[in-house]
Amino acid sequence: MNIPYLLIGIMIMAVVTYAIRVTPMVIFRKKIENERIKSFLYYIPYTVLAAMTFPAIFSSTQSSASSIAGCIVAVALAYFNKGLLVVALGAAGTAFLVGMLGL
Amino acid sequence: MNTKEFKEGIRDGLPICLGYISVSMAFGLSAAKMGIPVWTAVLMSLTNLTSAGQFAGATLLATHGTYLELTISMLIINIRYFLMSLSVSQKVDKEFTTGRRLAASFGITDEVFAVSMQRRKELSFSYMTGLILTPVLGWTGGTLLGGVATSLLPEALSDAMGIALYGMFIAIIVPPAREHKNVMFAVLLAILASCAFTYLPVLNNVSGGWSVIIITVVVSAIAAFLFPVKEEEDD
Repeated sequence: MNIPYLLIGIMIMAVVTYAIRVTPMVIFRKKIENERIKSFLYYIPYTVLAAMTFPAIFSSTQSSASSIAGCIVAVALAYFNKGLLVVALGAAGTAFLVGMLGL
Repeated sequence: MNTKEFKEGIRDGLPICLGYISVSMAFGLSAAKMGIPVWTAVLMSLTNLTSAGQFAGATLLATHGTYLELTISMLIINIRYFLMSLSVSQKVDKEFTTGRRLAASFGITDEVFAVSMQRRKELSFSYMTGLILTPVLGWTGGTLLGGVATSLLPEALSDAMGIALYGMFIAIIVPPAREHKNVMFAVLLAILASCAFTYLPVLNNVSGGWSVIIITVVVSAIAAFLFPVKEEEDD
């Protein structure tokens, strides 16, 4: 593997990724007051996370049975307001157990 | 530096760190399999701090892709951070100077964004520093572990950990969706659209990076149009 090529590639990746992250933080210094835009921003966390999670979660482990079981447990725990760590580990633990059963 | 805020950041960042260790171990392992030296994979994790982008970038580099391909792939896969940073920019406190903005921007990942949006107050620099610190360590350290000691975790366990980060996302979207019908609407519409982009012909040719952007923008706009949020509800 050509090391200079790799290092330049890694640098390009880092610069592009950082530029995407830093631009809005530096440009939008004032609080946006427009109600429509504020509403739009209010929904972003929910829509982006929902789109990233489904249906990708169902192929996040080796078998669909374990990922479906993990997903159900995660939704149930989250429904009862369990914290991030409990939900995350609950999902992983369930997927692990179902995977162990060979399903 | 406000110690209390910093500690709260560390506390909220730990679950992210745990999830990152397993995912970055998988990254370190696959990078090693592709013939990428471990130290450069670790450098990539330290400087990029992004999962999907790094998997794609490492694959391109291993197959001698051009720098142009690399640039365009990073733009497409990571452009969602633009929207996340935009949201964070509206939630930081008045003490967030330009220098602090330049520093904190580095650590805005999907999970850091998700957790910071869940916080019920303005984001201080101390809180963000704590929140970003352990995920960076977990992500970079996990890459090293994955690269050098690939058999450290039994495969069944590392496989099951793949679902942990999605579990975190679920923990963030479900409680507010349960309480607010407008959020439930936005979440369900986003899931429906995401399934359409995954399974329907033509739509499934759109890359994952772009489809997330399109869904986020369009569904958030529809929800904002149908159910504008009043000041008081905005946490």
